[in-house]
Amino acid sequence: MAGTADPATEPNTPIAMCAGGISLVGVTRVLGGRIVLAGLDLHVSPGGRVGIVGRSGVGKSTLLSLVAGLDEPDAGRVTVAGETSAAGRLARCALMPQRDCLLPWRSALDNACLALENRGVPRSEARGRAAVLFERFGLAEAEGLRPVRLSGGMRQRVAFVRTLLAGKEVLLLDEPFGALDAITRAELQEWLAAALEGEPRTVLLVTHDVEEALLVCDTVVVLRGGRVAAEFDARIACEGTRREIVTSPAFVELRERALEAIG
Amino acid sequence: MSRWWPPLALLAAGIGVWELVVRAAHVPDYLFPAPSAVASSLASDAGLLADATLVTVREVIFGYLLAVAVGLVVAVLLHFSAALRRALLPLLVLSQTVPTVVLAPILAILLGFGIEPKLVVVAIVCFFPIVVNTVDGLRSTDRELVRMMRTLDGSRAAIFRRVELPGALPAIFSGARIAATYAAVGAVFGEWAGSSSGLGFVMLQSQPSLDTPRIFACVLVLSALALCLYGFVSLAERFIIPWHQEVANA
Repeated sequence: MAGTADPATEPNTPIAMCAGGISLVGVTRVLGGRIVLAGLDLHVSPGGRVGIVGRSGVGKSTLLSLVAGLDEPDAGRVTVAGETSAAGRLARCALMPQRDCLLPWRSALDNACLALENRGVPRSEARGRAAVLFERFGLAEAEGLRPVRLSGGMRQRVAFVRTLLAGKEVLLLDEPFGALDAITRAELQEWLAAALEGEPRTVLLVTHDVEEALLVCDTVVVLRGGRVAAEFDARIACEGTRREIVTSPAFVELRERALEAIG
Repeated sequence: MSRWWPPLALLAAGIGVWELVVRAAHVPDYLFPAPSAVASSLASDAGLLADATLVTVREVIFGYLLAVAVGLVVAVLLHFSAALRRALLPLLVLSQTVPTVVLAPILAILLGFGIEPKLVVVAIVCFFPIVVNTVDGLRSTDRELVRMMRTLDGSRAAIFRRVELPGALPAIFSGARIAATYAAVGAVFGEWAGSSSGLGFVMLQSQPSLDTPRIFACVLVLSALALCLYGFVSLAERFIIPWHQEVANA
């Protein structure tokens, strides 16, 4: 963990990290006899935010599992912050799964503390550190509530804070807002973009929503046929209110081109 | 409280009919006692029954605790070792085909006539639902939660302690509740195989003298015992996993 600020020793916000890059070279993965990824190449520079879009079943989640170190490729190499082994990648990445995966028996705050507790931080100290982020992200009143009492949007926010508190250089977000209604979803996209501004990390966001990828990320990659079919610079989307951005001609054009690439 | 009225009303009606039929048909008490005869036996033999109940309660509680402890340990071992699971689980199922009534005398020969064989019989009767439910509960852990824990630096031990075990608690409690209803029967089997006290012993003693009301009184006390244990386990469940009810109601 050389060069990494460990939040275990620095309780104060922001829990910023020196970000590591991600690189996939000729990655092939066969699942159940089907070639899901076929010699895929992808590079994410340290601190980069890349959105991965594509039709369902195109291998987006498989890609994330490989990067996370939860899975190994059949061919090719996956490198995260210089680490090529699965264990090394696991140590560098935090994954926010599709479903919020909050533990129903833990309060929102204690759910967010999981990674810290796993690393041996005493619960009271972990709670204190999580509470700071709850405050920052507008979750203060949710602290003591169990997940069942939280709205879908709140649950996703708690799941995101839990992922952040892992203190990893690389954040892997797998359809984080897939289960939310359109309004909450739009709200959380803005929230996520703002939250990531204060957190210099490498982000891989998997989504089927092109607009979401363009709004949150600075590069959008289209996955098709097991490879990267197209790559778009999404940085034009970074100024103005959400409505202004979404209706601007440049954004609309970009979205159309991305949708076309998805096919 | 209103949910208690229907079963209570039905029970009261049943007892009423029973009393009327026995009286109308002039059935002698030693053949089939009326509820009033059972009640008077309960009252007149109160001292005797109380002493016997104390003995049986001890057997039930300690035997049950033994079953919970051993059951949980065995279930966790089975959970962690696939080889052990494959080897032992079928044998455990097989062991359930051996009637406890048959085992009890053997245990009495092996362990003597003290409390030990009774504890073992109670434990054997209660052990199985606890093991099976615990193993199932641990194995039905959501794989997605495990993946999430792994990317959050969760070791195997952390995953067990923070995800698998708490997640299995509702299943463990279902097993414990089923086991609670078996415990009293186990204690009686144990006493029948050889004892000088306890409700099972009182039942055996009352049989030759055809003191059927007293036997019924014993059965009544045993039922109450099982019900108390069940209620206590349910209460513990409410305190230990309050979140489960919330999730179920949501």
